[in-house]
Amino acid sequence: MLKEGQIRIPSGCAIAAIIDRKGGMINGSEIIKSIALMHDRSNGLGGGFAAYGIYPEHKDEYAFHIFYENAQAHQACEEFLFKHFNIDVAERIPTRTVDSISNGPDIWRYFGRVNRVRMKNSRLDESEYVVQCVTRVNSSFDGAYIFSSGKNMGCFKAVGYPEDVGEFYMLDKYDAYLWTAHGRFPTNTPGWWGGAHPFNILDWSIVHNGEISSYDTNRRYIEQFGYKCTMQTDTEVITYLFDHLIRHHGLPANVAADVLTAPEWDEIDRMDAESREYFTNLRAIYSGALVNGPFSVILGSNKGLLAINDRLKLRSLTAAVKGDRAYFASEESAIRIICPEPEKVWSVSGAEPVFVPLEIDEREDD
Amino acid sequence: MSVEAGIRGYTQVNEDINKEFLSKNKVSVTGVNGQRYLGCALGKGKTLEIEGTAGNDLAFCLSGGRIVLHGHGQDAVGNTMGGGEIVIHGHAGDALGYGMRNGRIFVRDNVCCRGGIHMKEFRDMKPVLVIGSCAGSFLGEYMAGGTIVLLGLNLRHGEKLFGTHCASGMHGGKMFVRGSFPKENLSPNIKITNLTQQDRKELEEYVRKYCRYFEADYDEIMKKPFRKLVPETSRPYANLYTAD
Repeated sequence: MLKEGQIRIPSGCAIAAIIDRKGGMINGSEIIKSIALMHDRSNGLGGGFAAYGIYPEHKDEYAFHIFYENAQAHQACEEFLFKHFNIDVAERIPTRTVDSISNGPDIWRYFGRVNRVRMKNSRLDESEYVVQCVTRVNSSFDGAYIFSSGKNMGCFKAVGYPEDVGEFYMLDKYDAYLWTAHGRFPTNTPGWWGGAHPFNILDWSIVHNGEISSYDTNRRYIEQFGYKCTMQTDTEVITYLFDHLIRHHGLPANVAADVLTAPEWDEIDRMDAESREYFTNLRAIYSGALVNGPFSVILGSNKGLLAINDRLKLRSLTAAVKGDRAYFASEESAIRIICPEPEKVWSVSGAEPVFVPLEIDEREDD
Repeated sequence: MSVEAGIRGYTQVNEDINKEFLSKNKVSVTGVNGQRYLGCALGKGKTLEIEGTAGNDLAFCLSGGRIVLHGHGQDAVGNTMGGGEIVIHGHAGDALGYGMRNGRIFVRDNVCCRGGIHMKEFRDMKPVLVIGSCAGSFLGEYMAGGTIVLLGLNLRHGEKLFGTHCASGMHGGKMFVRGSFPKENLSPNIKITNLTQQDRKELEEYVRKYCRYFEADYDEIMKKPFRKLVPETSRPYANLYTAD
């Protein structure tokens, strides 16, 4: 068989997303149709989805999705989970047999609340407690990877083409108000199950097309705050950066986006006084969080969706709106296949992050 | 009879198109959903009509043929094309006319980033890019030759004629821009001048064609003044790392 390099594989990762701003439900088959159209951008070494609003019956519990590579990992991780959380449900994530997806890990799902006694003893707030538990499993339990840890949301990912991954996880059985999707073409790092996108912590999930030239700067910066990069790929660092900036520092999502994609100094010099001060401060305070390199990124969260491009605009990303829904994809055709007549279509520019807020508050109806 | 693309792979669709071209000079393909390489290297005397959203590398290496797209283009339309004509009844994505060497592209609406990146010319091979509305950032990046015409029609409120880093690294060729434009987005190496008699003649021809293809009002377009953008030097980065 010819290897990559001997044959040309004309690919370059694909991302796609849909959000219904009013919280209306969208079936998984729609996002699959969108990402499937960009089949040629991936090479079968990774595909995945994030879905928000899929577990209404467990909406106040953390939903952990976990890969187990062997029985010992399963046992050790469960022991840890049962000690640190009050788990209500432990089950295998239902999957279909798909010819092209094989040799996968054992895939489990847990719903549960934090163990309040342990949390109080740890003197951490709830989110921090959860993040530290997830980091602990992923960095020190060999063969166990928590790849999804939010509430009323979940990531589904595997080694395969994204449309096959969607079929494998039976995503046509899930309805969500926000979907993101990724088709992977790994370049610098291995194609393995944990390395597929999206990358998640708490409610944040990231899909990414491109590469991060500033990865080591960003990793060193973020690891000062207790995060550990364990997935052998650059993208996960963006997830932690957003979690850190938004949750620890309380920045609004659009300000966090400005930190990651801050303009060049000569552009800042030409700005009016107010913008100049704003960006100068962001670059001075958060120099380690500036992300460089070619990328288009979509951040999903329970507050809405954020799309960003690198400041030199080295990756394509198209956006469209129709009614309450906003659509994003690496190629315009992948939007038009599920939304033939959008009201507005535009290319996301390097300088302008696009934030589509969810206009319902998840916690309102508690 | 036309070729129906649907959601079939690009290899199959292009094979069907090529089969049709064996016995015809004009082929149409409908229901296009992002299939790549349509009209790739199409030769002189042949026309491909496309309905739908054409995929990346539309008319890649076009060699004298004619492409008419009823719909929108994606990235790298006319990549390295060496001759012929592309008419887009819609907008186009990033890197339109990437490394284009000859021929003409007419786009009714706007183009995204890096339109005309590294266009070049040689003797009588002079590529031309005519854009009806506005352009994203890096228009004419590393441009080495040829002509870009930017008409600025139907701009929305607050929309600028071109994005940041316009003509960055441009060292040959010229741009004709209509109406007011954001000077702050222009790279430092660029000179703004008036059009010469010869330029004017050239421009009129391109605008007439644009108007014919897209039913626009010629007189209305020519009412507004045009300016010409050219590189000040053919080696903008000669002293990027070294002193004079």
